[in-house]
Amino acid sequence: MEELQKKRSRIMDSRPDVSTIAVCCGTGCQAFGGEKVAQAFREKIAESGLQNSVAIKTTGCHGFCERGLLVVIRPQNIFYQRVRLEDVDEIFNETVINGKIIERLLYITPDGSSKITSEEEVPFYKKQMRLIFGANGNIDPAEIDDYIAIGGYSAIAKVLSSMKPEQVIEEVSAAGLRGRGGGGFPAATKWKSTREAEGEPKYVICNCDEGDPGAFMDRSLMEGNPHSILEGMIIGAYASGSNTGFIYIRNEYPLAVKNAEIAIRQAEEYGLLGENILGSGFNFSVHINRGGGAFVCGESTALMASIEGKVGEPRAKYVHTSERGLYDRPTVLNNVETWANVPLIINRGSAWFASIGTENSKGTKIFSLVGKINNTGLVEVPMGITLREIIYEIGGGIPDGKRFKAVLTGGPSGGCIPENLLDLPVDFDELTRVGSMMGSGAMIVMDEDNCMVDIARYFLKFLEEESCGKCVPCREGLKRMRQILDDICEGKGEESHLELLEEMSAAIGDGALCGLGQTAPNPVLTTLKYFRDEYISHIVDKKCPAGVCKALISYHIVNENCTSCRLCVKKCPVGAIEFVDKKIPVVIHQDLCTKCGACKETCKFNAVEIR
Amino acid sequence: MPEISVKNETLNCILDRYKRDRGQLISILQDIQAEYNYLPREAVKFVSSELGIPLSQVYSVATFFKAFSLQPRGRHTIHVCMGTACHVRGAAQILQQMENETKTCCGETTKDGKFTLESVNCVGACALGPVVVVDGEYAGQMTVNKVKPLLEKYD
Repeated sequence: MEELQKKRSRIMDSRPDVSTIAVCCGTGCQAFGGEKVAQAFREKIAESGLQNSVAIKTTGCHGFCERGLLVVIRPQNIFYQRVRLEDVDEIFNETVINGKIIERLLYITPDGSSKITSEEEVPFYKKQMRLIFGANGNIDPAEIDDYIAIGGYSAIAKVLSSMKPEQVIEEVSAAGLRGRGGGGFPAATKWKSTREAEGEPKYVICNCDEGDPGAFMDRSLMEGNPHSILEGMIIGAYASGSNTGFIYIRNEYPLAVKNAEIAIRQAEEYGLLGENILGSGFNFSVHINRGGGAFVCGESTALMASIEGKVGEPRAKYVHTSERGLYDRPTVLNNVETWANVPLIINRGSAWFASIGTENSKGTKIFSLVGKINNTGLVEVPMGITLREIIYEIGGGIPDGKRFKAVLTGGPSGGCIPENLLDLPVDFDELTRVGSMMGSGAMIVMDEDNCMVDIARYFLKFLEEESCGKCVPCREGLKRMRQILDDICEGKGEESHLELLEEMSAAIGDGALCGLGQTAPNPVLTTLKYFRDEYISHIVDKKCPAGVCKALISYHIVNENCTSCRLCVKKCPVGAIEFVDKKIPVVIHQDLCTKCGACKETCKFNAVEIR
Repeated sequence: MPEISVKNETLNCILDRYKRDRGQLISILQDIQAEYNYLPREAVKFVSSELGIPLSQVYSVATFFKAFSLQPRGRHTIHVCMGTACHVRGAAQILQQMENETKTCCGETTKDGKFTLESVNCVGACALGPVVVVDGEYAGQMTVNKVKPLLEKYD
């Protein structure tokens, strides 16, 4: 323990106050050349011989993906957004060397009134409470010393030196930590029943099979701060009496796999994993399993089957996995974000943690704010904040002056929440009350151009493809429901279909084996509840009000706007647009048109409309 | 495309990497796929007999998980993200345009073996949606009109 403290002091001493250029290398910013920009900075530092006074740090995701690539200059905390490779020279010469601020790279508020220099003043960050996610921007995930320097692994030192396993469970229980993966089950209860269950060995698992489309907080945490997750797992293992752990990561997340592997290796080298951790006599090792790309493997029993090398089918949970889980042994399974909360609770105490949030939902939650929203990215907020605050104050509202229609929470198991419920405080119970759920934290914002019937159909199609096929209600029921929605979207729906959909939803909810099947009808049920008029438009008027369902729409030229510039004629992939003559509007031949939308996207004069 | 021939030493090397542990079947198949870009029939048979797992069981795993392909793939793999965030920003139209431009259906390989076109349920880069990933390189904020120039970069 003392050694760890000494190590921390040594790390701090070896790091004099230098300027640091933090370059975001999360997946979003990588798409804008994160690694290349970092390399260019490294070369500039080497060229100018400033290795001793300027450091470069490649960090995980900062969350504000909309504005990537992000570069922060510390200690001044100068926040540059939308940085490109060609900006490197200027940033280095002007800001790093001369201390001047480059105005054009600063964040401008949406109303254009002010430019913001420092990271914490940007409205996107200002309202957040970044307890779990905040460290991402300050540390290099491939450097264990970075994590130790910010106080990392002090929780495990405290636990192993001064707490009994039962005390750890009590502390986490008093904090009120509920699972962040979707179910919201109290974490400490799982740990306790695993500890008390008979059978050895016991296992702990970290679920990083983030299959919920639209969610990427687990990915960003695993990529950006893997040690915080490892530390949580070590504490959980100690509390529940386990010596072996697994991290199950989606195969679609190669960077998360790589960073987790590096973190495990470094923690082993530092004696924080393996035999006799920090001289306490406690042993714990962690292995990584890559998922095979199946949504259902996010379900606990399916995930465990997959780790055993079997087909990922869930089983009935008459016996809890905390008693008989992986290889039929007692197993604790928690989500990435849940594990990352654990060190925080140990370090700062359960009373502090429980003071954040609402009565039954404590702490913060990370949401991925995506879809039709100005500030896309990851946001961490205290439980109980309203949807309106998240969408309008942090998210900056809906782009292009469009009207908000709905926000979908909980992914394929969740539901669409309409405008009149925007003042709903966000926590586990409130979201369930309105027919949706917390889920893993995806928040997909939709505007007037999104068709709610199409969204319901999208999720049914997704779930139909991802159904493992084990039980009939899910395998057959979802398929039939999707066929009905196909009919409605193609203008072949009947009014009796709506009742049938509701009846089938109830049957699937009652009859499906696993949680994913039981909640599968939620998107249909909530859209039927809150947006029934859209279904009626499709069925009775044979119209798609949002202009999405292809069978019910057609593209037309707005003659008064058309300049016959022929851009759309060139772009049309099927030659369906005819140029007649200069000054005469072009003509769309409906029999040829495939409704791909290329013409509308190309037109600069707003001369293509959907009817 | 014809099946390619597999080398037993390559397969043995992969099996030894996981100590021939039956529980590591998924990881073993993933490594084989990384080696050959798909799961060749001979390799699946070899794994079955070496690990003593019935061939039917190896196939059930190989066909259950989306990551595995039993067909040879093209030189470049295109993944069109169909996650919710991409969907609400028009991913379906991007996929359709991809199908038009490559003259192939989603899930299939072009006749010249250049591209394999697949959809994926979420690549976790939702802020960039709609997203297309070609050979691991992300192309964000896609539009129907950006499809052709993107494909022209590959040969």
